[in-house]
Amino acid sequence: MPLMVNEKCIGCKLCEKACPFDAIHVVEKLAVVDLDKCTLCGACVPACKFDALKIDVKRRGAANKDDFKGVWVFAEQKKGKVQSVAFELLGAGRKLADVRKSELCAVLLGKDVTGETARLFHKGADKVYVVDRPELENFLDEPYAKILDKLVKKYKPEILLAGASTIGRALIPRVAILSNTGLTADCTGLDIDPATGNLLQTRPAFGGNIMATILTDLHRPQMATVRHKVMKELAPDTSRTGQVIDVTDIDAADLSSRTKIANIVDELEKTVNLTEADVIVSGGRGLRAPENFKMLEELALVVGGAVGASRAAVDSGWMPYSHQVGQTGKTVCPKVYIACGISGAIQHLVGMQSSDVIIAINKDPDAPIFSVANYGIVGDVFEVVPQLTTKLKEVLKK
Amino acid sequence: MNILVCIKQVPETTDVRINPETNTLVRDGVQSIVNPFDMYAIEEGIRIREKHGGKVTVITMGPPQAENALREAVSLGCDEAVLLTDRAFAGADTWATSYALSMAIRKIKDFDIIICGKQAIDGDTAQVGPGISTFLDIPQITYVKKIEDIKPGFIRVERLTEEGFTAIESSLPVLLTVVKEINEPRLPSLKGKMKAKSLQIAKWTAVDIGANPEKIGLPGSPTIVNRIFTPPKKAGGRIMKGDAVQIVTELVGELREKHIV
Ligand SMILES: Cc1cc2nc3c(=O)[nH]c(=O)nc-3n(C[C@H](O)[C@H](O)[C@H](O)COP(=O)(O)OP(=O)(O)OC[C@H]3O[C@@H](n4cnc5c(N)ncnc54)[C@H](O)[C@@H]3O)c2cc1C
Ligand SMILES: Nc1ncnc2c1ncn2[C@@H]1O[C@H](COP(=O)(O)O)[C@@H](O)[C@H]1O
Repeated sequence: MPLMVNEKCIGCKLCEKACPFDAIHVVEKLAVVDLDKCTLCGACVPACKFDALKIDVKRRGAANKDDFKGVWVFAEQKKGKVQSVAFELLGAGRKLADVRKSELCAVLLGKDVTGETARLFHKGADKVYVVDRPELENFLDEPYAKILDKLVKKYKPEILLAGASTIGRALIPRVAILSNTGLTADCTGLDIDPATGNLLQTRPAFGGNIMATILTDLHRPQMATVRHKVMKELAPDTSRTGQVIDVTDIDAADLSSRTKIANIVDELEKTVNLTEADVIVSGGRGLRAPENFKMLEELALVVGGAVGASRAAVDSGWMPYSHQVGQTGKTVCPKVYIACGISGAIQHLVGMQSSDVIIAINKDPDAPIFSVANYGIVGDVFEVVPQLTTKLKEVLKK
Repeated sequence: MNILVCIKQVPETTDVRINPETNTLVRDGVQSIVNPFDMYAIEEGIRIREKHGGKVTVITMGPPQAENALREAVSLGCDEAVLLTDRAFAGADTWATSYALSMAIRKIKDFDIIICGKQAIDGDTAQVGPGISTFLDIPQITYVKKIEDIKPGFIRVERLTEEGFTAIESSLPVLLTVVKEINEPRLPSLKGKMKAKSLQIAKWTAVDIGANPEKIGLPGSPTIVNRIFTPPKKAGGRIMKGDAVQIVTELVGELREKHIV
């Protein structure tokens, strides 16, 4: 039995309460594990104050950990431009590399991208590996994964970070399998364990109700993705330079792909690019009708922001799905998030609660949205929002 | 076309809450549902079969009660169902999950398209789909929002990007992960419900799929959970009520003062 209860158990029920799967019950003052329900998630082990629970499994190890050194950031590019998430990761990576007393490296795959290396140095990189090939102009799952895997196997970084973007989330899982190592998605915290030197990868679980710290303790590299706007980029230091390593020994087989891009379509409506916006004005069921979103668009225009929506508003057909914020929509982290007529269900909160400043307008004083709001206005959106627009117009002189 | 749809049974996360007083999980009434994104995968699989013929096999790895998720998929129109269930799979991370599913898919052998949901709402990792395609060494297209064309050995789809979408062509077999925009899932039919009641569901263990015991479950997982804790609460904000004009003046004043706008 892999989850063992030993004689130190006093039947205090702390493990019973900690189990997310209802798999432990105290029977006659002893914890008993229901094997049909236990997923070996490990939540009960640290919850036990008496050291009475042990997961006793020998896990497969692979890497000789000491061979792996340095922190790598995958420098995602589109149309030859490195995306801002990569600079944010360099900010996080710099700290990790300093603690590990190792190098911070960026890996850049693309076509005619060498000009981007300077910016990577300015934002913290010591070294940039560049693979510059016409075939790599646009992201393709297979060649990108094969090449990144080869680089990982050759240069052996200890840590590899990538953005949790549509590209990063397609690419890194492939690399993790090819490189035979673990991957932790959507980390919100990255730290080094002083005792072991392992990467402590903290991420939300169960829709943000619980935080979990994940380790890749026996394999290398330790791979993690991080969403856009979660980490902070460093102020650029234009005096910084570094070493460019031009990787040219790439096989034709590594560049081959069974998928091919037929067409790239950008639909950049200026109000939709939610994840980039500094201010988001979001509406929910409290807006009552699609035409009332006009009111939010006016406010958004004044503050140079974008319009978001709750799932209830999207499901009612008031706004397109591309505007939905939340667990099944987009995760956003603007400087200001203005929630109008949104109750604040947990699935909505997980998509916006890390915004810097949250302003909520709701007529129900008990609405859960107020629990995350910095400014909670108890009032009618049809009164408050037009007022806010007028007032902001006035002070911003627009 | 033979379609495989991978689905996961997940707790409906609305119900997993922390009791703020005792700081423990509130589990009362936690319902298990089919991962919402997998409903779009099921629907798309059925639509492909309706257009091109063939069959849809739905597959899940999970505890014995995950059988309910498979029966729900059958009630919607899937033809066959496979349940991977074995204590040895417990504790699997996405690496070990993808490996086990890929071994089961090798056993099924005959497939043209594998469809997964974009991500599962319990872990939100979006890693299992790409993991399966890598183990099987087949191409993958993630975030698919529309299937434009399917011909023997060929597929063309639209893949959602941050800026819009990309049209992508691939050879078959291929693995797709699908997003919500791809379709509107149907409701179960009466015929489907009857089939779901009577269908014999294949139950496979680790030995049945020829899995290497070192690569499955907790032993096969490169990642482990080190600690679980409650997220720190956001410090209580300021509640403002009363006259709208007055509140707004005060708010805008403070926002300006703190250089927020
Ligand atoms: C698996 C799953 C995934 C989900 N994913 C998401 C997701 O990604 N994003 C998301 O948003 N939701 C998601 N949901 C749905 C979520 O649980 C809620 O149902 C939804 O967020 C509610 O939207 P709402 O706040 O607009 O509507 P309601 O909950 O109906 O709230 C409307 C609010 O408006 C207020 N109001 C009404 N009139 C006025 C007025 N005149 N002035 C001021 N206030 C007013 C009311 O007091 C109320 O608080 C998900 C649910 C599930 C089960
Ligand atoms: N245990 C499982 N059994 C079958 N399919 C799964 C399982 N876990 C994940 N999947 C599939 O992989 C997708 C992504 O899951 P995840 O990587 O956990 O976010 C899901 O939408 C499912 O299609």
